[in-house]
Amino acid sequence: MSETSALVILIAAIFTNNILLANFLGMCSFLACSRQLDTAVGLGIAVTFVTGFTTALNFLVQRVLVTLDLEHLTYIAFIAVIAAFVQFVEMLVERISPKLYYSLGIFLPLITVNCAILGTALFMVIRRYNFVQSVGFGFGAGAGWALAIILMAALRQKMGYSNVPRPFQGVAIAMIVTGVMAMVFMGFAGMVNIQ
Amino acid sequence: MTNQTQAGCGPACGPSCGSTGLCGGKGFLTVKDGLLTNNPVWVQILGICSALAVTTRLENSLVMGAAVIFVICMSNLIISLLRNTIPHRIRIIVEVAIIALFVIVCDQVLKAFYWEMSKQLGPYVGLIITNCIVMGRAEAFALQNPPLISVVDGAANGLGYAIILAVIGAFRELAGTGAILGHVILSPEWYTPNQLMILAPGAFFALGALIALVAAVRGGQEQEAGR
Repeated sequence: MSETSALVILIAAIFTNNILLANFLGMCSFLACSRQLDTAVGLGIAVTFVTGFTTALNFLVQRVLVTLDLEHLTYIAFIAVIAAFVQFVEMLVERISPKLYYSLGIFLPLITVNCAILGTALFMVIRRYNFVQSVGFGFGAGAGWALAIILMAALRQKMGYSNVPRPFQGVAIAMIVTGVMAMVFMGFAGMVNIQ
Repeated sequence: MTNQTQAGCGPACGPSCGSTGLCGGKGFLTVKDGLLTNNPVWVQILGICSALAVTTRLENSLVMGAAVIFVICMSNLIISLLRNTIPHRIRIIVEVAIIALFVIVCDQVLKAFYWEMSKQLGPYVGLIITNCIVMGRAEAFALQNPPLISVVDGAANGLGYAIILAVIGAFRELAGTGAILGHVILSPEWYTPNQLMILAPGAFFALGALIALVAAVRGGQEQEAGR
Protein backbone atom coordinates (compact mmCIF):
# COMPACT_ATOMS: atom_id res chain seq x y z
CA MET A 1 0.00 0.00 0.00
CA SER A 2 2.60 2.49 1.09
CA GLU A 3 4.30 2.66 -2.30
CA THR A 4 1.26 3.98 -4.20
CA SER A 5 2.05 7.43 -5.53
CA ALA A 6 0.05 10.40 -4.33
CA LEU A 7 -1.18 11.12 -7.86
CA VAL A 8 -2.65 7.63 -8.21
CA ILE A 9 -4.39 8.06 -4.86
CA LEU A 10 -5.74 11.43 -5.98
CA ILE A 11 -7.24 9.97 -9.15
CA ALA A 12 -8.56 6.92 -7.34
CA ALA A 13 -10.18 9.06 -4.64
CA ILE A 14 -12.03 11.03 -7.30
CA PHE A 15 -13.18 8.19 -9.53
CA THR A 16 -12.87 4.62 -8.30
CA ASN A 17 -13.20 5.20 -4.56
CA ASN A 18 -15.39 8.28 -4.63
CA ILE A 19 -16.00 9.29 -1.05
CA LEU A 20 -19.70 9.84 -1.68
CA LEU A 21 -20.62 7.22 -4.25
CA ALA A 22 -18.51 4.36 -2.87
CA ASN A 23 -18.23 5.25 0.81
CA PHE A 24 -21.52 7.13 1.32
CA LEU A 25 -19.93 10.03 3.17
CA GLY A 26 -21.38 13.51 3.14
CA MET A 27 -24.88 12.47 2.13
CA CYS A 28 -26.73 15.02 4.28
CA SER A 29 -25.40 18.15 2.66
CA PHE A 30 -25.28 16.31 -0.66
CA LEU A 31 -29.05 15.87 -0.62
CA ALA A 32 -29.83 19.23 0.95
CA CYS A 33 -27.60 21.44 -1.22
CA SER A 34 -27.91 19.82 -4.64
CA ARG A 35 -30.98 21.71 -5.82
CA GLN A 36 -29.14 24.68 -7.29
CA LEU A 37 -26.11 24.32 -9.51
CA ASP A 38 -24.30 27.44 -8.27
CA THR A 39 -24.80 26.53 -4.60
CA ALA A 40 -23.47 23.05 -5.36
CA VAL A 41 -20.40 24.49 -7.08
CA GLY A 42 -19.71 26.83 -4.16
CA LEU A 43 -20.15 24.13 -1.56
CA GLY A 44 -18.09 21.69 -3.61
CA ILE A 45 -15.18 24.10 -3.78
CA ALA A 46 -15.45 24.85 -0.04
CA VAL A 47 -15.48 21.16 0.83
CA THR A 48 -12.52 20.38 -1.46
CA PHE A 49 -10.54 23.18 0.15
CA VAL A 50 -11.43 22.18 3.70
CA THR A 51 -10.91 18.44 3.13
CA GLY A 52 -7.53 18.92 1.50
CA PHE A 53 -6.11 21.17 4.18
CA THR A 54 -7.67 19.48 7.21
CA THR A 55 -6.44 16.08 6.06
CA ALA A 56 -2.89 17.44 5.92
CA LEU A 57 -3.30 19.10 9.33
CA ASN A 58 -4.90 16.01 10.81
CA PHE A 59 -2.04 13.88 9.56
CA LEU A 60 0.38 15.99 11.58
CA VAL A 61 -1.93 16.02 14.60
CA GLN A 62 -2.28 12.27 14.48
CA ARG A 63 1.50 11.81 14.35
CA VAL A 64 1.86 13.98 17.42
CA LEU A 65 -0.84 12.02 19.25
CA VAL A 66 0.80 8.71 18.35
CA THR A 67 4.18 9.84 19.67
CA LEU A 68 2.49 11.01 22.87
CA ASP A 69 0.66 7.68 23.11
CA LEU A 70 -2.71 9.46 23.10
CA GLU A 71 -4.16 7.70 20.08
CA HIS A 72 -7.59 7.31 21.68
CA LEU A 73 -8.01 11.10 21.50
CA THR A 74 -7.78 10.99 17.69
CA TYR A 75 -11.49 11.62 17.09
CA ILE A 76 -11.73 14.66 19.34
CA ALA A 77 -8.52 16.12 17.92
CA PHE A 78 -9.71 15.61 14.34
CA ILE A 79 -13.09 17.19 14.93
CA ALA A 80 -11.49 20.13 16.73
CA VAL A 81 -9.08 20.74 13.85
CA ILE A 82 -11.91 20.55 11.34
CA ALA A 83 -14.17 22.86 13.36
CA ALA A 84 -11.45 25.47 13.76
CA PHE A 85 -10.57 25.32 10.08
CA VAL A 86 -14.19 25.63 8.98
CA GLN A 87 -14.57 28.68 11.19
CA PHE A 88 -11.61 30.16 9.35
CA VAL A 89 -13.03 29.36 5.92
CA GLU A 90 -16.36 30.83 6.96
CA MET A 91 -14.77 34.14 7.82
CA LEU A 92 -12.81 34.05 4.57
CA VAL A 93 -15.87 33.40 2.41
CA GLU A 94 -17.83 36.10 4.24
CA ARG A 95 -15.10 38.59 3.39
CA ILE A 96 -14.49 37.56 -0.21
CA SER A 97 -17.96 36.71 -1.48
CA PRO A 98 -20.93 37.78 0.70
CA LYS A 99 -23.29 36.49 -2.00
CA LEU A 100 -21.88 32.98 -1.77
CA TYR A 101 -21.93 33.34 2.01
CA TYR A 102 -25.66 33.99 2.03
CA SER A 103 -26.51 31.30 -0.49
CA LEU A 104 -24.59 28.65 1.45
CA GLY A 105 -26.33 29.92 4.55
CA ILE A 106 -26.50 27.41 7.34
CA PHE A 107 -24.53 24.78 5.47
CA LEU A 108 -21.16 26.44 5.82
CA PRO A 109 -20.94 25.85 9.57
CA LEU A 110 -22.43 22.45 8.95
CA ILE A 111 -19.35 21.49 6.95
CA THR A 112 -17.98 20.76 10.41
CA VAL A 113 -20.34 17.84 10.70
CA ASN A 114 -19.98 16.89 7.05
CA CYS A 115 -18.92 13.30 7.46
CA ALA A 116 -16.93 13.38 4.22
CA ILE A 117 -14.27 15.48 5.90
CA LEU A 118 -13.95 13.50 9.11
CA GLY A 119 -14.30 10.30 7.10
CA THR A 120 -11.40 11.25 4.86
CA ALA A 121 -9.20 11.79 7.92
CA LEU A 122 -10.26 8.45 9.40
CA PHE A 123 -9.65 6.58 6.15
CA MET A 124 -6.23 8.21 6.01
CA VAL A 125 -5.41 6.70 9.42
CA ILE A 126 -6.82 3.27 8.59
CA ARG A 127 -4.99 3.05 5.25
CA ARG A 128 -1.71 4.24 6.80
CA TYR A 129 -0.91 6.90 4.24
CA ASN A 130 2.25 8.98 4.54
CA PHE A 131 2.07 12.77 4.40
CA VAL A 132 2.22 13.24 0.62
CA GLN A 133 -0.29 10.45 0.05
CA SER A 134 -2.58 12.00 2.66
CA VAL A 135 -2.53 15.35 0.91
CA GLY A 136 -3.31 13.64 -2.41
CA PHE A 137 -6.08 11.65 -0.79
CA GLY A 138 -7.55 14.69 0.95
CA PHE A 139 -7.80 16.80 -2.17
CA GLY A 140 -8.93 13.82 -4.24
CA ALA A 141 -11.71 12.96 -1.81
CA GLY A 142 -12.85 16.58 -1.69
CA ALA A 143 -12.77 16.91 -5.46
CA GLY A 144 -14.65 13.63 -5.83
CA TRP A 145 -17.35 14.87 -3.48
CA ALA A 146 -17.53 18.18 -5.37
CA LEU A 147 -17.82 16.31 -8.68
CA ALA A 148 -20.65 14.17 -7.34
CA ILE A 149 -22.66 17.08 -5.93
CA ILE A 150 -22.19 19.20 -9.07
CA LEU A 151 -23.33 16.33 -11.31
CA MET A 152 -26.25 15.75 -9.00
CA ALA A 153 -27.29 19.41 -8.97
CA ALA A 154 -27.23 19.51 -12.77
CA LEU A 155 -29.30 16.33 -12.93
CA ARG A 156 -31.79 17.61 -10.38
CA GLN A 157 -32.29 20.84 -12.26
CA LYS A 158 -33.12 18.83 -15.38
CA MET A 159 -35.29 16.53 -13.31
CA GLY A 160 -37.51 19.48 -12.43
CA TYR A 161 -39.13 18.95 -15.83
CA SER A 162 -39.66 15.21 -15.44
CA ASN A 163 -42.83 13.55 -14.33
CA VAL A 164 -41.71 11.69 -11.23
CA PRO A 165 -44.24 9.35 -9.56
CA ARG A 166 -45.64 10.97 -6.42
CA PRO A 167 -44.11 8.74 -3.71
CA PHE A 168 -40.68 9.11 -5.30
CA GLN A 169 -40.71 12.89 -5.42
CA GLY A 170 -38.07 14.64 -3.34
CA VAL A 171 -35.47 12.54 -1.60
CA ALA A 172 -36.42 9.10 -2.88
CA ILE A 173 -35.75 9.88 -6.53
CA ALA A 174 -32.53 11.63 -5.54
CA MET A 175 -31.38 8.42 -3.87
CA ILE A 176 -32.24 6.35 -6.93
CA VAL A 177 -30.41 8.77 -9.22
CA THR A 178 -27.42 8.67 -6.89
CA GLY A 179 -27.53 4.89 -7.12
CA VAL A 180 -27.39 5.08 -10.91
CA MET A 181 -24.46 7.49 -10.63
CA ALA A 182 -22.72 5.05 -8.29
CA MET A 183 -23.20 2.32 -10.90
CA VAL A 184 -21.68 4.57 -13.54
CA PHE A 185 -18.69 5.25 -11.31
CA MET A 186 -18.27 1.51 -10.76
CA GLY A 187 -17.31 1.48 -14.41
CA PHE A 188 -14.05 3.15 -13.43
CA ALA A 189 -13.27 0.31 -11.03
CA GLY A 190 -10.67 -1.48 -13.13
CA MET A 191 -8.60 1.68 -13.63
CA VAL A 192 -6.81 2.07 -10.32
CA ASN A 193 -7.60 0.66 -6.94
CA ILE A 194 -6.87 1.78 -3.43
CA GLN A 195 -8.22 -0.04 -0.43
CA MET B 1 -43.89 -2.25 20.06
CA THR B 2 -45.04 1.28 20.71
CA ASN B 3 -47.18 0.09 23.61
CA GLN B 4 -44.31 -1.67 25.27
CA THR B 5 -42.03 1.31 25.03
CA GLN B 6 -44.78 3.49 26.38
CA ALA B 7 -45.19 1.28 29.42
CA GLY B 8 -41.47 1.28 30.00
CA CYS B 9 -41.33 5.03 29.73
CA GLY B 10 -43.79 5.84 32.51
CA PRO B 11 -41.50 5.42 35.51
CA ALA B 12 -38.52 6.65 33.54
CA CYS B 13 -39.80 10.17 33.08
CA GLY B 14 -41.87 10.29 36.25
CA PRO B 15 -39.58 12.25 38.56
CA SER B 16 -38.65 14.78 35.92
CA CYS B 17 -42.12 16.10 35.22
CA GLY B 18 -43.44 16.36 38.76
CA SER B 19 -47.17 16.23 39.34
CA THR B 20 -48.41 17.77 36.11
CA GLY B 21 -49.76 14.45 34.91
CA LEU B 22 -48.73 15.32 31.38
CA CYS B 23 -45.70 13.16 31.82
CA GLY B 24 -47.02 9.86 30.50
CA GLY B 25 -48.49 11.59 27.48
CA LYS B 26 -45.33 13.50 26.74
CA GLY B 27 -43.16 10.43 27.12
CA PHE B 28 -45.43 8.50 24.82
CA LEU B 29 -45.48 11.28 22.25
CA THR B 30 -41.71 11.50 22.41
CA VAL B 31 -41.35 7.80 21.75
CA LYS B 32 -43.91 7.79 18.95
CA ASP B 33 -42.27 10.81 17.40
CA GLY B 34 -38.88 9.18 17.33
CA LEU B 35 -40.10 5.84 16.07
CA LEU B 36 -42.77 6.77 13.57
CA THR B 37 -44.11 10.23 12.90
CA ASN B 38 -40.76 11.94 12.95
CA ASN B 39 -38.44 9.03 12.31
CA PRO B 40 -34.95 10.42 11.75
CA VAL B 41 -34.24 8.42 8.62
CA TRP B 42 -37.34 8.43 6.49
CA VAL B 43 -38.94 11.70 7.55
CA GLN B 44 -36.04 13.94 8.44
CA ILE B 45 -33.55 12.26 6.08
CA LEU B 46 -30.79 12.47 8.67
CA GLY B 47 -27.90 10.18 9.36
CA ILE B 48 -28.17 8.28 6.13
CA CYS B 49 -24.42 8.07 5.56
CA SER B 50 -24.03 5.20 7.95
CA ALA B 51 -27.49 3.90 7.11
CA LEU B 52 -26.05 3.25 3.67
CA ALA B 53 -22.53 2.25 4.56
CA VAL B 54 -22.86 -0.35 7.29
CA THR B 55 -25.96 -2.12 6.05
CA THR B 56 -24.22 -4.70 3.88
CA ARG B 57 -24.94 -7.31 6.55
CA LEU B 58 -27.59 -7.54 9.25
CA GLU B 59 -25.01 -8.14 11.99
CA ASN B 60 -23.14 -4.92 11.17
CA SER B 61 -26.43 -3.02 11.16
CA LEU B 62 -27.38 -4.31 14.60
CA VAL B 63 -24.03 -3.41 16.15
CA MET B 64 -24.11 0.02 14.57
CA GLY B 65 -27.69 0.57 15.73
CA ALA B 66 -26.76 -0.34 19.31
CA ALA B 67 -23.76 1.99 19.22
CA VAL B 68 -25.89 4.87 17.97
CA ILE B 69 -28.57 4.30 20.63
CA PHE B 70 -25.90 4.34 23.34
CA VAL B 71 -24.30 7.53 22.02
CA ILE B 72 -27.60 9.41 21.58
CA CYS B 73 -28.89 8.48 25.05
CA MET B 74 -25.69 9.34 26.85
CA SER B 75 -24.99 12.56 24.97
CA ASN B 76 -28.62 13.68 25.38
CA LEU B 77 -28.36 12.99 29.11
CA ILE B 78 -25.15 14.95 29.61
CA ILE B 79 -26.13 17.83 27.33
CA SER B 80 -29.50 18.08 29.03
CA LEU B 81 -27.85 18.15 32.46
CA LEU B 82 -25.54 20.92 31.27
CA ARG B 83 -28.17 22.77 29.24
CA ASN B 84 -28.27 25.80 31.55
CA THR B 85 -24.50 26.06 31.85
CA ILE B 86 -23.45 25.76 28.19
CA PRO B 87 -22.96 29.25 26.72
CA HIS B 88 -25.17 29.61 23.67
CA ARG B 89 -22.44 30.78 21.31
CA ILE B 90 -20.13 27.83 21.73
CA ARG B 91 -22.78 25.18 22.25
CA ILE B 92 -21.99 23.34 18.99
CA ILE B 93 -18.39 22.73 19.98
CA VAL B 94 -19.43 21.60 23.46
CA GLU B 95 -22.00 19.23 21.99
CA VAL B 96 -19.53 17.79 19.53
CA ALA B 97 -16.98 17.25 22.29
CA ILE B 98 -19.52 15.42 24.47
CA ILE B 99 -20.67 13.28 21.56
CA ALA B 100 -17.08 12.50 20.56
CA LEU B 101 -16.39 11.37 24.12
CA PHE B 102 -19.07 8.69 23.97
CA VAL B 103 -18.13 7.67 20.45
CA ILE B 104 -14.59 7.07 21.69
CA VAL B 105 -16.01 4.89 24.48
CA CYS B 106 -17.96 2.89 21.89
CA ASP B 107 -14.96 2.57 19.64
CA GLN B 108 -12.66 1.40 22.42
CA VAL B 109 -15.21 -1.16 23.64
CA LEU B 110 -15.65 -2.51 20.12
CA LYS B 111 -11.89 -2.69 19.62
CA ALA B 112 -11.42 -4.49 22.93
CA PHE B 113 -14.24 -7.05 22.75
CA TYR B 114 -15.33 -7.24 19.14
CA TRP B 115 -12.23 -6.72 17.03
CA GLU B 116 -13.58 -8.33 13.86
CA MET B 117 -16.64 -6.10 13.87
CA SER B 118 -14.55 -3.05 14.65
CA LYS B 119 -12.45 -3.75 11.57
CA GLN B 120 -15.50 -4.25 9.37
CA LEU B 121 -17.20 -1.06 10.50
CA GLY B 122 -13.92 0.74 9.93
CA PRO B 123 -14.25 4.51 10.11
CA TYR B 124 -18.02 4.43 10.44
CA VAL B 125 -17.93 4.06 14.23
CA GLY B 126 -15.92 7.27 14.46
CA LEU B 127 -18.34 8.85 12.04
CA ILE B 128 -21.16 8.59 14.59
CA ILE B 129 -19.72 11.92 15.76
CA THR B 130 -20.92 13.57 12.58
CA ASN B 131 -24.15 11.60 12.42
CA CYS B 132 -26.71 14.37 12.12
CA ILE B 133 -29.23 12.46 14.24
CA VAL B 134 -27.10 12.65 17.37
CA MET B 135 -26.31 16.30 16.84
CA GLY B 136 -29.89 17.04 15.79
CA ARG B 137 -31.41 15.53 18.94
CA ALA B 138 -28.94 17.40 21.11
CA GLU B 139 -29.80 20.69 19.41
CA ALA B 140 -33.52 20.17 19.07
CA PHE B 141 -34.40 18.32 22.23
CA ALA B 142 -31.75 17.95 24.93
CA LEU B 143 -30.99 21.67 25.07
CA GLN B 144 -34.59 22.49 26.00
CA ASN B 145 -35.70 19.54 28.07
CA PRO B 146 -34.93 17.91 31.44
CA PRO B 147 -32.54 14.94 31.52
CA LEU B 148 -34.82 11.92 31.83
CA ILE B 149 -37.18 12.82 29.01
CA SER B 150 -34.12 13.62 26.90
CA VAL B 151 -32.83 10.10 27.43
CA VAL B 152 -36.23 8.74 26.40
CA ASP B 153 -36.14 10.92 23.30
CA GLY B 154 -32.64 9.76 22.51
CA ALA B 155 -33.61 6.13 22.94
CA ALA B 156 -36.68 6.53 20.73
CA ASN B 157 -34.78 8.24 17.95
CA GLY B 158 -31.90 5.82 18.23
CA LEU B 159 -34.31 2.92 18.11
CA GLY B 160 -36.10 4.37 15.10
CA TYR B 161 -32.75 4.63 13.40
CA ALA B 162 -31.60 1.15 14.47
CA ILE B 163 -34.80 -0.42 13.12
CA ILE B 164 -34.25 1.15 9.70
CA LEU B 165 -30.64 -0.05 9.73
CA ALA B 166 -31.78 -3.56 10.57
CA VAL B 167 -34.46 -3.58 7.86
CA ILE B 168 -32.09 -2.35 5.15
CA GLY B 169 -29.30 -4.60 6.43
CA ALA B 170 -31.52 -7.67 6.39
CA PHE B 171 -32.84 -6.85 2.93
CA ARG B 172 -29.41 -6.22 1.43
CA GLU B 173 -27.84 -9.29 3.00
CA LEU B 174 -30.74 -11.43 1.83
CA ALA B 175 -30.74 -10.09 -1.71
CA GLY B 176 -26.98 -9.85 -1.97
CA THR B 177 -25.93 -13.20 -0.50
CA GLY B 178 -29.15 -15.17 -0.05
CA ALA B 179 -28.52 -15.48 3.68
CA ILE B 180 -29.42 -13.68 6.91
CA LEU B 181 -26.89 -13.51 9.75
CA GLY B 182 -24.93 -16.11 7.81
CA HIS B 183 -27.79 -18.64 7.65
CA VAL B 184 -28.76 -19.50 4.09
CA ILE B 185 -32.41 -18.61 3.51
CA LEU B 186 -32.68 -18.44 -0.26
CA SER B 187 -31.22 -21.67 -1.58
CA PRO B 188 -28.47 -21.10 -4.17
CA GLU B 189 -30.16 -23.79 -6.30
CA TRP B 190 -32.83 -21.40 -7.47
CA TYR B 191 -31.63 -17.99 -6.27
CA THR B 192 -28.59 -16.31 -7.77
CA PRO B 193 -27.33 -13.73 -5.26
CA ASN B 194 -27.46 -10.25 -6.67
CA GLN B 195 -23.99 -8.94 -5.88
CA LEU B 196 -25.07 -5.40 -6.74
CA MET B 197 -27.11 -5.22 -3.56
CA ILE B 198 -24.08 -5.42 -1.29
CA LEU B 199 -22.16 -2.90 -3.41
CA ALA B 200 -22.66 0.84 -3.22
CA PRO B 201 -25.50 1.29 -5.76
CA GLY B 202 -27.61 -1.33 -4.01
CA ALA B 203 -27.56 0.75 -0.85
CA PHE B 204 -28.86 3.83 -2.65
CA PHE B 205 -31.58 1.83 -4.40
CA ALA B 206 -32.67 0.09 -1.20
CA LEU B 207 -32.92 3.28 0.84
CA GLY B 208 -34.54 5.20 -2.03
CA ALA B 209 -37.12 2.48 -2.42
CA LEU B 210 -37.76 2.39 1.33
CA ILE B 211 -38.29 6.15 1.52
CA ALA B 212 -40.63 5.99 -1.47
CA LEU B 213 -42.52 3.09 0.08
CA VAL B 214 -43.04 4.96 3.34
CA ALA B 215 -44.11 8.03 1.39
CA ALA B 216 -46.60 5.96 -0.59
CA VAL B 217 -48.03 4.33 2.54
CA ARG B 218 -48.42 7.64 4.30
CA GLY B 219 -50.12 9.29 1.36
CA GLY B 220 -47.15 11.39 0.42
CA GLN B 221 -47.54 13.75 3.37
CA GLU B 222 -43.83 14.18 3.95
CA GLN B 223 -43.02 15.13 0.40
CA GLU B 224 -43.37 18.75 1.43
CA ALA B 225 -40.84 18.17 4.19
CA GLY B 226 -38.42 16.45 1.85
CA ARG B 227 -38.63 19.11 -0.78
